Amino acid sequence: MALHEHTQGLTTGHPARLALEDGLVLEGRAIGARGWAGGEVVFTTAMTGYEEVLSDPSYRGQLVTMAYPLIGNYGVSGAAWESFRPHVAGFIVSEAADRPHHWHSERTLAQALPQWEIVGIADVDTRRLVRHLRTYGLKRGVISTEAVSDEVLVARAGALPDIGTLDLVAAVSTQAAQHVPGPGPRIAVLDCGIKRGIIEHLKQRGCDVWVLPHRTPADAMLELEPAGVVLSPGPGDPKILPYQVEQVRRLWERLPIFGICLGHQLIGRASGADTFKLPFGHRGSNHPVKDLETGRVCVTTQNHGYAVDEGSLPKEMMVTHRNLNDGTVEGLRHRRLPIVSVQYHPEGRPGPHDSGYLFDQWMTMIGGRPHAGSSPAPLATRG
Amino acid sequence: MPVSSVPASGIRKVLVIGSGPIVIGQAAEFDYSGSQACRSLSEEGVEVVLVNSNPATIMTDVETADRVYIEPLTVDFLTRVLEQERPQGLLATLGGQTGLNLAVALAESGVLDRHGVRLLGTPLSAIRQAEDRQEFKNAMLSFGEPVPESVVAHAGEEARAFAARVGYPVVVRPAYTLGGTGGGIAADSRSLEEIVSLGLSASRIHQVLVERSVVGWKEIEYEVMRDRLGTCITVCNMENLDPMGVHTGDSIVIAPSQTLTDREYQMLRNASLRIIRGLGIEGGCNIQFALDPRSERYYVIEVNPRVSRSSALASKATGYPIARVAAKIALGRTLDEIRNAVTGVTSAAFEPALDYVVMKIPRWPFDKFPQASRRLGTQMQATGETMAIGRSVEEALLKAIRSLDAGTDGLLYPPAAGWSRDDLRRRIAEPCDERMYALAEGLRRGMPPQEIADLSQIDLFFIHKIANIVGIEEVLRRRRDPETLRDAKRLGLADRTIARLWGTAPDQVREARQAQGIAPVFKVVDTCAGEFPAATPYYYSTYAQEDEVPQSSRPRIVVLGSGPIRIGQGIEFDYSSVHAVKALRAEGLDAILINNNPETVSTDFDVASRLYMEPLTEEDVLHVVERERAGGVIVQVGGQTGLNLAGPLARAGVRILGTSVDSLDASEDRGRFGELLRRIGIPHPAGDAVRSVEEGKAAAERLGYPLLVRPSYVLGGRGMEIVTTQAELVQYLEAAFEGEPEHPVLIDVYVDGTEVEIDAVSDGEALYLPGVMEHVERAGVHSGDSLAVFPAQHLAPEEMEQIVSHTAAIARALQVKGFLNIQFVVKDGTVYVLEANLRSSRTVPFVSKAAGAHLVPLAIRVMLGASLSDLGYPGITVLPAPARISVKAPVFSSEKLGKLDVLLGPEMTSTGEVMGQDTSLAGALYRALAGAGVTVPDERALLASIADRDKPEALDLLRRFEGLGFTVYATDDTAKFLAAHGVRAIHVGKNGGSQTAIRLVLEQAVGLVINTPTRGRTPGRTGFALRRAAFERHLPCFTSLDTAAAFLDVLQAMARREIPLPRAAREVSPL
Repeated sequence: MALHEHTQGLTTGHPARLALEDGLVLEGRAIGARGWAGGEVVFTTAMTGYEEVLSDPSYRGQLVTMAYPLIGNYGVSGAAWESFRPHVAGFIVSEAADRPHHWHSERTLAQALPQWEIVGIADVDTRRLVRHLRTYGLKRGVISTEAVSDEVLVARAGALPDIGTLDLVAAVSTQAAQHVPGPGPRIAVLDCGIKRGIIEHLKQRGCDVWVLPHRTPADAMLELEPAGVVLSPGPGDPKILPYQVEQVRRLWERLPIFGICLGHQLIGRASGADTFKLPFGHRGSNHPVKDLETGRVCVTTQNHGYAVDEGSLPKEMMVTHRNLNDGTVEGLRHRRLPIVSVQYHPEGRPGPHDSGYLFDQWMTMIGGRPHAGSSPAPLATRG
Repeated sequence: MPVSSVPASGIRKVLVIGSGPIVIGQAAEFDYSGSQACRSLSEEGVEVVLVNSNPATIMTDVETADRVYIEPLTVDFLTRVLEQERPQGLLATLGGQTGLNLAVALAESGVLDRHGVRLLGTPLSAIRQAEDRQEFKNAMLSFGEPVPESVVAHAGEEARAFAARVGYPVVVRPAYTLGGTGGGIAADSRSLEEIVSLGLSASRIHQVLVERSVVGWKEIEYEVMRDRLGTCITVCNMENLDPMGVHTGDSIVIAPSQTLTDREYQMLRNASLRIIRGLGIEGGCNIQFALDPRSERYYVIEVNPRVSRSSALASKATGYPIARVAAKIALGRTLDEIRNAVTGVTSAAFEPALDYVVMKIPRWPFDKFPQASRRLGTQMQATGETMAIGRSVEEALLKAIRSLDAGTDGLLYPPAAGWSRDDLRRRIAEPCDERMYALAEGLRRGMPPQEIADLSQIDLFFIHKIANIVGIEEVLRRRRDPETLRDAKRLGLADRTIARLWGTAPDQVREARQAQGIAPVFKVVDTCAGEFPAATPYYYSTYAQEDEVPQSSRPRIVVLGSGPIRIGQGIEFDYSSVHAVKALRAEGLDAILINNNPETVSTDFDVASRLYMEPLTEEDVLHVVERERAGGVIVQVGGQTGLNLAGPLARAGVRILGTSVDSLDASEDRGRFGELLRRIGIPHPAGDAVRSVEEGKAAAERLGYPLLVRPSYVLGGRGMEIVTTQAELVQYLEAAFEGEPEHPVLIDVYVDGTEVEIDAVSDGEALYLPGVMEHVERAGVHSGDSLAVFPAQHLAPEEMEQIVSHTAAIARALQVKGFLNIQFVVKDGTVYVLEANLRSSRTVPFVSKAAGAHLVPLAIRVMLGASLSDLGYPGITVLPAPARISVKAPVFSSEKLGKLDVLLGPEMTSTGEVMGQDTSLAGALYRALAGAGVTVPDERALLASIADRDKPEALDLLRRFEGLGFTVYATDDTAKFLAAHGVRAIHVGKNGGSQTAIRLVLEQAVGLVINTPTRGRTPGRTGFALRRAAFERHLPCFTSLDTAAAFLDVLQAMARREIPLPRAAREVSPL
């Protein structure tokens, strides 16, 4: 009997290592492409949705650690992709299922990662890594399948550029404008790393969506005569995006604006506020955010390493949402103008759909109709 | 976060209803939830009044609430408590189905309105919508949620017509019942008829739902919370390994779900939030879904608008204290106002993120009921459950199996090798308690995983996980290298399993591991997957890199818990474990608790200094002891589970606190114990230990019948019987030696006297004895199944003296340091010792509450080295009899266990107990019996069917019933006998004829049944059918004349109006 050959998660397979700039080296098993990949090592506590994580442009330039230890259980199909290709620089898991099962599974994680040329490592004590990053802050790191010394890998990690200096948005944004036609109000989406989920929310509400490259000038956006502008999420530090901030500021008195994640930070900066880097970011599907107007708390999906500095906000901007874990700003609204933003992901994917109502509010704000069908989790009494 | 000092509701006093006795489907989880909620309410400055009938709970400790009533959970008693206490609010969602049903009944009777009592948490409308099958269906459809096609039936015809339309099988679910009582899956019209009839009688509103079967779909549960502002969170979701068709209480459950995509996860989460909002619940609820394994279609199956077994599991699985939070929400707090007790800094408004896998496996009582069908279905049969945490499915599964304490340490299951191909396929296809072993055996025999998945309808993902375990077994059979060993440990295999595969001893595997530095680390359950520092001292072992146990400067003592609840080892042991931990902490020590039962108070994360959710095996316990560098281990509070580990741990060099291992062995080994009693001159029934049928026959010749026969190592009287003839003896011995040939069988003279029992604490010299319990039923009925009275009412002073002196002599002879429980039988002025248990017993909570004596802290301090004299009790202390009499009554779960006989005998079959207290014996009996559900019949008629040997004694009893105005019906021989002795009895045939005994019972033409069975293993078919019928119709059925006589005393006292009103439980005086 050859059952043992199926035994997984064990010491068979090609070795791989994860090395951090601070000298921590963890051994494991290669589950992706051979070679090495570097980036900022981050972790997400989302228990489901590894395909959404892999394909989220905001993870560009990052080695993503899954805190949940069993990854790949339902296989890989592409059905849940949030963009056209995976974006993570590398993938770190405790156990990668080698025999997944689901009716729409097409292949295993370990089959998919090499095809996408993503370096991955399994059999890592991911909880140890999470605790390390939580305690000492995010680190640059390298995943490697090569036969070189730990010191070489650590040095290589230390030589990586700071993620805050990289123009990652340019790498993930669309090159040309794309039109997703719809019968309703026209929406211009500034694509700094748009997720499919956001487009779908707009489509469901009948919007005529134009997805625009990240360096689209404000005038070009205005030429489309949209009912409003959505600023997408995206990777990296908003500080290195002065051009985009400038365009947003130009739209200020002209159009309703809805910023999501990086888009929220762009609005913050456009208003004159500063942004700062969080010690280890917010990444997961369980972040509680309080709506300061209703007192209600929503569980949200988050994926960001930077936040708007509340102390630097001008008077005309009010904080509408707050993170219950660390008190950071999660939502902004201009007191006079139709400008709103949230730091989290109302589209979920992965994660809760509780905040889908924000798209309805946005529709009301631009004078369109709120969602006709049933929103995934309607907040019935939301006023 | 802004926290106002007064909850929004302005509620200052709350009545909390507990769940009463432990029955299948309603176990220790409600003590856990209830006591946690009471603490939570107290934190809010609310005065808490608690009513519960179960003394073996932490909940009924006087410290738990401001006022504790140990009273029957009936509308009548609760009304009187409400009238007396006048609370503003009633919290009924903590007491399981019992609490919920009582809340509905109290509301319907108008009591709540009359006294202005608000139902907190779950509105009455939501209870009705969740419990009433028609309202449920309407509510779900109005929320836009799909439910399986169904019909609400009040009669068999409606059910048949529906089934004929949608096709069989169909599922029958009675309204307002617990653990699926009376429900089932009907494969054809005949079984439909039967199940519907049972279901209608089980339902308090005589209603069942018959629905299209989604057997084989994935069964997924969500635990949801909502506050008054509408904030909703899901604490966790859980996936049943067993697909739809097996009650979730009987299913192996894994948390979080493993095979759901994020889309599916969020789809069901969205549905959960819509449902809890739609129902308007303020607090927690549990929602069960069926999910098509081949599409995204789903149905809502059930909603429990209260804390539940699943919510207890979810709390332990995530670290999120659902009951604590639900109680505060019920007072009007919002989730963001409530502090997250785990991190200490964040709020309760979040969803736990797990970075481990939790596995729950039910513990079934089939070992106690060999005649019962082991088939699982929609009616729950498990008495308890174990939970294990690991970083992989395999690790969690194997740890959970080890935690069952059922003789297996993994998937190697010796009987499996003997199964024929058909046996094996049947066990894979039909849900049964052995299915997990069958899946593994199928893989071992080369069945393809897909075929097993198809047969069992268990997701292929899980079959592959089992295949991984079977795979490493195969590797281990061939290889002994360190890599293989490391792999095996990472997959969760026990040293014992590896030793079996290597043909060596577990110790040698242990040594091999140590040589390679292969040891587990301990990680924290922190609700946040490591994202924030956590204050929870809640650990699990795994084979990974980083260990998170902090260094402690305080001395550390390990307490072994009692594992899953089973018949004979129930919640009573958890009560003792919790008090042991408290006592250790009060002494300034770190109390390290090891347990694996997610239902219990002991596994609440803030009870012990550090909690290890681990199997209670030698290997797993040693890992904790070593990691903690513990100064000693307490084995006396974890029932037989703890005691059985004493020897192995001591041999591994661990210090066992209290009574020596040798003395423990001397008390357990009946041969040695008999020897000891002879040596110190204490009378005990003559007996012998025999190792063969021939030896047995010879011994019986010498001793004379009737004889009590039992195996030498026992738990809850397992395998104990009274035999009256040689034929019965031989039959017993043959069966016993077939099962366990290595253990001798003990044969003792059966002394037909009054059974009494004591629980005491000794330090080897002095003795602390709170008093003596007397059993209502004579010796021969298992002590766990008898009515017990404290203090004893019928002992002569000389008998009392003998009891005290025997106890003191045994304590000295065995140098008992800690607990001592002795069972005696008193006959003709002589006190015989039956057995001694040198551990906290089943009756410790009862005695503690009845006598107002805290036995556990005293025993713990003795185990730590104090003498009773140091503690203020030099010499022999016997407490004076308390003013109030307490009665403990057993409660059976016979309704749940299919076609089982329910007669009293030397085998323990009860699952729980209640306590009644009053100034008179009759009053205490009344309360105990009422609490146990023995109702005073409206119908003043009884049916008697009495065994020959009991007939003379029954005469007087039946005359007294007659005197109370009862019409006596009697079966053939009984009727003849009664007629011959001048008792007017109406004869009914056992079989045939229009007016048979069974029909009388089924039509409830009689109010109670007295049926004493013929002794022996093979009860008559008629008696069996009579008893089943009585249980199904909820009629009192007495199988011992002693119990019937006690009941008669109650009826007579009631006729004289001597039963007084309820009042607050007596304060238990602090030590």
